Amino acid sequence: MTTTTDRRDTAPAAAELRVTQLRVLTAEAIKFRSLRSNWWLVVASVLSVLAAGVSPALITALTAGDPGAGEPGGTDAVGGALSGVSFTQLLIAALGILVVTGEYTTGSIRTTFTAVPGRLPVLWAKAVLVAVVSAAATLAAVVTAFFTAQAVLGGTGTSISLGTPGVPRAIVGAALYLGTTAVLGAAVGALLRSAVGAMAAVFGLLFVLPVVGLLVPQVDPFLPTNAGAAVMQTGPVAGETLPPWAGLGVFALYAAVALAAAALALARRDT
Amino acid sequence: MIEIRGLTKVYGRTTAVDDLTVTVRPGVVTGFLGPNGAGKSTTMRAVVGLDRPTSGEVLVDGRRYADHPAPLHQVGALLDAGAVHPGRSARNHLRALAATNGIGHRRVDEVLELVGLSEVAGRRVGGFSLGMSQRLGIAATLLGDPAVILLDEPVNGLDPDGIRWIRGLLRALAAEGRTVFVSSHLMSEMALTADHLVLLGRGRLLADVSMQQMTATATGRVTVRTPQPEELTRLLVVAGAVVSRPEPDVLTVTGTTAEEIAGTALAARILLTELVPVHASLEEAYLAMTADDVQYRSTTPATPATDPTAPRRAAA
Repeated sequence: MTTTTDRRDTAPAAAELRVTQLRVLTAEAIKFRSLRSNWWLVVASVLSVLAAGVSPALITALTAGDPGAGEPGGTDAVGGALSGVSFTQLLIAALGILVVTGEYTTGSIRTTFTAVPGRLPVLWAKAVLVAVVSAAATLAAVVTAFFTAQAVLGGTGTSISLGTPGVPRAIVGAALYLGTTAVLGAAVGALLRSAVGAMAAVFGLLFVLPVVGLLVPQVDPFLPTNAGAAVMQTGPVAGETLPPWAGLGVFALYAAVALAAAALALARRDT
Repeated sequence: MIEIRGLTKVYGRTTAVDDLTVTVRPGVVTGFLGPNGAGKSTTMRAVVGLDRPTSGEVLVDGRRYADHPAPLHQVGALLDAGAVHPGRSARNHLRALAATNGIGHRRVDEVLELVGLSEVAGRRVGGFSLGMSQRLGIAATLLGDPAVILLDEPVNGLDPDGIRWIRGLLRALAAEGRTVFVSSHLMSEMALTADHLVLLGRGRLLADVSMQQMTATATGRVTVRTPQPEELTRLLVVAGAVVSRPEPDVLTVTGTTAEEIAGTALAARILLTELVPVHASLEEAYLAMTADDVQYRSTTPATPATDPTAPRRAAA
């Protein structure tokens, strides 16, 4: 029995024999593609953006002819089209978390780190991958939700348009916000190694922390969800918020800090 | 070649590996033998950089594992056949692994063929039997056509056919000049596969010997039946043998031969009614070594002598 004909003949040139960031990214893309559960989460995220984004417009359209229904469309029709983001961020965070913790629960992280002993390229690749997939999928979903809402609202007194100042920014911002949420999920997943723990931590960060903001108004605009929400704001706002892009930047800073902590942990600990 | 130098790994208050120094050479199958909990897996994880040594270092072909720019081309390691995502197909698992080290799809199909998994390559690993998982793990180790192969308990859970297959594969890989380092807690398995043995007990090196030396170590004992056991015992002990007396008229003698016992008895005109040489198996020699490591600690000159009278802790 032989494993190859001749080791020297089949071995590529020494210069080609390197683990590179691009190769690790390719590997992570293969891994991402080949797990059905990842696709279920992407599909669920898209559906949740669509469902939540179109339904306010539908309600407006259905109640438009009814004089008792009050002001048609509410105050922020674009906000309605983006309202799916709030729930979707949990699904997207779960995607980021599972891409990492799935490797720990199955033990495949040991195989992964044996192939890439530097470890950090794996973290970067996973972060980039979930960010791009999440942002791209949700951008498509938000745009679809927007135009669907526009069409539905066409027959009512309310109208929304891409030409309205702030609307394109809100749409792109929503996708970037969700892409960043995926990175946050991956980072917290790598830090805690447990899906349940990471879900609890991200949930706390995104949904429980804002309660603190109610008590301490000074920090309120800087809390993750509030800062991130600024980029999706189109209508008039109650209370203080950061400027849109600054808000997204603050949110991205949370993800960056989590990612840096995860990198430190990965580099130090045993697997 | 794997050079383990003064490797120590401490988890909390447990010392899993204690100042282990050993070199694993190419061209032969080196068996890494020890009871469960002896530190074999920890040592192997340290070789591939999954566990950081508390002190000491491990070099693979002259470099730390993590310093190899494309480690899969240097070392193929199967530490745990279950370390695979069950939702992924065997082919995709290998393709992802291969991609990290710049190995193409063709090589993936080659190794799948080699381990006999081509027909199930598209199936999800979660549905694989233990034997199939082991084969997939072996396929992964061969991806980069590495010079060093590291396998942790590869025959665990395999059927006889699979065990024979692994045995043949390991021998073939060693014959191609590769370093093959394979752990087991079964001496019987190693006896059939390994050319060289590294014995580990409670994290310490017990022996680093060739299989021939090990066989020679497996000294025999002789069972003697005589109506004059006291007198014979006295004479044999004076001659340097070790004698025990399992039955009133039966002696078990080690440290001498049946021939010498017969001579001693004849000279003293002691009647022997039975004289049976019993050859110890490798298994017995192994058990003797792991039960009484003090005797063999001298094989590690670098290790400072520890108190041989210290009571044996319960095996981990």
